[in-house]
Amino acid sequence: MSTDTLEDQTLDAAWELSRSVALRPESFGALAYHFGNRRLIFLKRRELVEVVRGLGDAPDARTALRRAGVPAEQWASFAAALRGLADADVIRPRQPAAEQPAGEQGEPG
Amino acid sequence: MTLLTEPASTGLAATERAMPLVARFERGLAAPICLTWELTYACNLSCVHCLSASGRRDPRELSTEQCESIIDELQAMQVFYVNVGGGEPTVRPDFWHLLEYAVNHQVGVKFSTNGVRIDAARARYLASTDYVDVQVSLDGATAAVNDQVRGEGSYAMALRALDNLTTAGFRDAKISVVVTRHNVDQLDEFKRIADDHGATLRLTRLRPSGRGADVWDELHPTHDQQRDLYEWLVRAGEKVLTGDSFFHLAGFGEKLPGLNLCGAGRVVCLIDPVGDVYACPFTIHETFRAGNIVTDGGFAQVWRTSELFGRLREPQGGGACSACQHYDVCRGGCMAAKFFTGLPLDGPDPECVQGYGQAALADPQRTVPALSLDHSHRREPAGRREPVLLQLGTRPDAATPAAPAAPAAPPVSACAENPLAGFTPAR
Repeated sequence: MSTDTLEDQTLDAAWELSRSVALRPESFGALAYHFGNRRLIFLKRRELVEVVRGLGDAPDARTALRRAGVPAEQWASFAAALRGLADADVIRPRQPAAEQPAGEQGEPG
Repeated sequence: MTLLTEPASTGLAATERAMPLVARFERGLAAPICLTWELTYACNLSCVHCLSASGRRDPRELSTEQCESIIDELQAMQVFYVNVGGGEPTVRPDFWHLLEYAVNHQVGVKFSTNGVRIDAARARYLASTDYVDVQVSLDGATAAVNDQVRGEGSYAMALRALDNLTTAGFRDAKISVVVTRHNVDQLDEFKRIADDHGATLRLTRLRPSGRGADVWDELHPTHDQQRDLYEWLVRAGEKVLTGDSFFHLAGFGEKLPGLNLCGAGRVVCLIDPVGDVYACPFTIHETFRAGNIVTDGGFAQVWRTSELFGRLREPQGGGACSACQHYDVCRGGCMAAKFFTGLPLDGPDPECVQGYGQAALADPQRTVPALSLDHSHRREPAGRREPVLLQLGTRPDAATPAAPAAPAAPPVSACAENPLAGFTPAR
């Protein structure tokens, strides 16, 4: 799988903030806390925080990036960051509402 | 389940213009990420190295309601978990209530205990909770080594607690060890005890804080032991927790896992049992008191506006250490270790691995600061050395069901001369 494919997949997908995660605003960006695995993750750019917060309302990541005003030439690096956040379960692929498993999460974010 | 081990960060490698995370931390966060809350100064033990010189309860300790309002505030500030300690926190009658209250308010709890209250029933309860972590203190892998520091019977008490947790199915408890001259060669045995209990080993540094000041000279690891400890930690990697305790050892070579930063007042602080806020768990001294939650408008107010914390968040110079090639990794070591050994805060750590601490400790002008708070037991607890001589009696009480009925008349005095004294005619 080439990097481009992975990047496109990330940008074309619909995402949302994991319901196990809370974001705490910090001067540099935000601190994400995962109530399930109890890990702290630092989002070191405010733009990234804005993108992450906008994912749930956007049809795909590209739209969230555009709405957050991120220049297109930076999308590749933002896609990589989103991929990292997905690996840490800070964000999750969004499923159609009807198919969302109910009561999966222990703690509200 | 583990609480925060080491913070991960997700940056933007390609477009990274932001300053390194450590530099951000140096300026302080909106709320602490590592908050210690000591619930009481009361303790059933009298460990010789107690950081908080605990023993007796302080009459000013926060009430249940005050503790609840602190939890409410922590929830609002998004402090996602606290490290609860003491004293022995579980001796507070409302401890289990506060534990539940915190968890129900999205404030996770890791509490430190000597194990005194972790019986089979409590262990089962703890195993049934989510979001609660238990840390049992153990300062020797054998009773002989442990009890010399923590008191007779304390090894058996800790092991019983760990056994109860294991039997109850509690997963991944922590075993917290303060590394001393006498237990530093038992690290493999500690690891084995942890593995046997499905627990994680946590090693922390002996600080000369509280009663630790009295025993630091004889208990802190020697230079050779520090090197062995460093190498052991490098081998163990992230399998052993350190609470970022040993960054002063980084001068031996590479950095250890962790932030390698003094977080005092920046990402770390301590709330003490009376609501005083200190820069870190090892600095219970007037010099490092940022304010009081009750009298200074709440925790958030103290965290955000304390003059002391403002100073700690300013860039710190290396002072005498800035010329040293290792300063970048050791950052001059631990503020508390320097303060309580009477060393200048902008100089070397007393355990500086390059040996500069030795020279500083030899300064004849050096004076060790006195404790500003001491809740030590006035004497050793019962059973430690000699029995406590007291007699318990019961007072007849109308509320006691078994109490006899009150007499109809006062007893007859020995001086009553009347021949009918004590005679009550029938009606």
